[in-house]
Amino acid sequence: MNPEEPRKEEPTKKLDLNRHEMPKQPPEVRRRNFNEVALGYTADLALDEAKRCMQCKKPRCVTGCPVEIDIPGFISYVVKGDFKGGIKKLKEKNCLPAVSGRVCPQEAQCESKCILKNKNGEIAIGRIERFLADWEAGQGEVDIPPRAKPTHKKVAVVGSGPAGITVAGDLVLLGHEVTIFEALHKAGGVLTYGIPEFRLPKSVVAREVDYVRRLGVNVVTDFVVGRTRSVEELLEEYDALFIGTGAGLPWFMNIAGENLNGVYSANEYLTRMNLMHGYLFPGSATPIKKHARVAVVGGGNVAMDSARTALRMGADEVYIVYRRSHAELPARLEESENAEEEGVVFKVLTLPTRYLGDENGWVREMECLRMELGEPDASGRRAPVEVKGSDFRVPVDAVVCAIGNSPNPLIPSTVSGLEVTKRGTLVADPETGKTTRDRIWAGGDIVTGAATVILAMGAGRKAARAIHAFLS
Amino acid sequence: MNRITDRRMVVPNLHLLTVEAPEIARKVRPGQFVIVRPHDEGERIPLSVADWDAANGTLSLVFMEVGASTGALARLKAGDSLPTCVGPLGNATEIANFGTVLCVAGCYGIGSIFPVCRELKKAGNRVITVVEARSSYLIYWLKELAGVSSQIITVTRDGSLGAKGHVGVLADLLKGEPKVPDRVIVNGCTFLMARTSEATRGLGIPTVVNLNPIMIDGTGMCGVCRVTVAGRTRFACVDGPEFSGHEIDWKEFLARRKAYMDEEALFTRGSAPARPVHTEGKCHS
Repeated sequence: MNPEEPRKEEPTKKLDLNRHEMPKQPPEVRRRNFNEVALGYTADLALDEAKRCMQCKKPRCVTGCPVEIDIPGFISYVVKGDFKGGIKKLKEKNCLPAVSGRVCPQEAQCESKCILKNKNGEIAIGRIERFLADWEAGQGEVDIPPRAKPTHKKVAVVGSGPAGITVAGDLVLLGHEVTIFEALHKAGGVLTYGIPEFRLPKSVVAREVDYVRRLGVNVVTDFVVGRTRSVEELLEEYDALFIGTGAGLPWFMNIAGENLNGVYSANEYLTRMNLMHGYLFPGSATPIKKHARVAVVGGGNVAMDSARTALRMGADEVYIVYRRSHAELPARLEESENAEEEGVVFKVLTLPTRYLGDENGWVREMECLRMELGEPDASGRRAPVEVKGSDFRVPVDAVVCAIGNSPNPLIPSTVSGLEVTKRGTLVADPETGKTTRDRIWAGGDIVTGAATVILAMGAGRKAARAIHAFLS
Repeated sequence: MNRITDRRMVVPNLHLLTVEAPEIARKVRPGQFVIVRPHDEGERIPLSVADWDAANGTLSLVFMEVGASTGALARLKAGDSLPTCVGPLGNATEIANFGTVLCVAGCYGIGSIFPVCRELKKAGNRVITVVEARSSYLIYWLKELAGVSSQIITVTRDGSLGAKGHVGVLADLLKGEPKVPDRVIVNGCTFLMARTSEATRGLGIPTVVNLNPIMIDGTGMCGVCRVTVAGRTRFACVDGPEFSGHEIDWKEFLARRKAYMDEEALFTRGSAPARPVHTEGKCHS
């Protein structure tokens, strides 16, 4: 090498010890489009990030994973550049990695346990997971694993969300005949109607549903179990039944003016946008209102999704109205940060007390109270306490109520012998998903109350194992 | 996919759609509804079931063409398919021997009241059916209704058939009756249901209305169909669609029903100023 030439970068790159950021659309661009915000790791980034993994003998990350994925295991394949081996390892425990890689709260689970957390930053497990899943999808049709010989046993799965997809995929491979019944016209459950395109592209969900179809699962849409046919009728035809109908009954606050036009449940708002493609209106058929000032009540992921959707629909101002403080926001940090970067205004320590309408019945103002934090409540978080006489009004032309959901009572109320808790969830064995009724299993939000995709998937896995044992 | 076996206009703007839906035809009861989508990217719209044939596995639906989606439905013909026809949804009309039941119907409700009358008659009731329309040419199925009713009364706005006026004349008509009916059941537009409820309130007759709000999923998930009944918020899709007409906040219901009037008009009226087909529940088509 000529010593006068400036030194070039060495051919073997030095390992960057810091956690690698994932490329994202810049906030000023993404706040006006529905394309996915996070763009995913490139192969180089995934490799660099994977190399940081210490391959701990006793991996703490695995203890933070609700489905106990062999995290160092799949990462070690990535280090070797064997992406096929990596995705195979990952899928041993997680059949929806493209979904969980995007929406799993890794910062509170696997990544929170990483030994590097307080050094150069925890390993970006979720980002590597997502990379592997997307890499596999980019290789063309995913290989279909061999199917056990037919058992001629029939299983009905009610609901096509993460729990239902998992249970169906596992059981069909074990040789059982599986039919999924979905009430809506498109499969995927909350992944389809709830989580917006910019966080979980519908093509990713469609890929997963398509995969279980290719495995041999019969997916029947537009079929409301409890109405089109009852659970009892299904049990005449099927040997076992799994209920994964989620938490789909929206809560309201029961305050004055909540039935004014322009006040939506988050379910309605997001379903209009996602399932019915309202964000393409007037290119789509389901009508959408154009709102200028939108208040989203609540502080969870659904609230963030609603607020960020409202921005993308062209609202001038979007507020998150939350009764506790920033520190208690139940949303993933990543999501509330994304929302804030995009321009959502956080009105924390604020409680709506009523909505006021115009002469045509449209919401035009919300009345709120200021709150302060008192002693910790049953949830362990400091309880919000009203500041007397602090009421004030905010002009709004839309309100999205995102304060939570409970299970839809349609199925629990139409089947005898199914024990229900006072929260409306089904009583089921945490290890097997077995309900109090013969031949019926359940899992996901219908059992736990609104929780995460990965937990629903884990419950589906366990139930599949138990159903298989029952049928064998 | 649900194949359409027939689609015809029964009176101007009102269409009768017959569609194959064997699972639903086996299950449906009077007062229930289905949700349909006219095409693959179509809106989900709730439609009351007017009749069914369990043996042939078909449903009959009567609907009014008011906007983009019902317009698309009205363009379908035999051999086409509905990508979605899901149900039966909602709770069925309570059928029992009440004594004398007055069934009031208008618009698409003239269709959906038919199985209600039939089942009530079967249960031993004396069924008086009141059919209301703007004019005689908007009335259909009189012969069919006569077959399942003890008596038919027609009311037209222009007096072209039967009593002149709107359903508010009900109170006068009932004056001639030896005894007031034991129950009133109303199927039709919001205006008809609200006005009938108003007329029967003073007479103290229990009045059941079959609500038709905007819906998306129809299974209790979105809550767009919420209605205040006796001061409490209910979801029409799962708690209804039938409620006591005397307990409904009609002003709120009407406002919610009209929420997307301007947006619906976008499709049919292009750049022209939007003019609603219905105002204050009255039909202007």
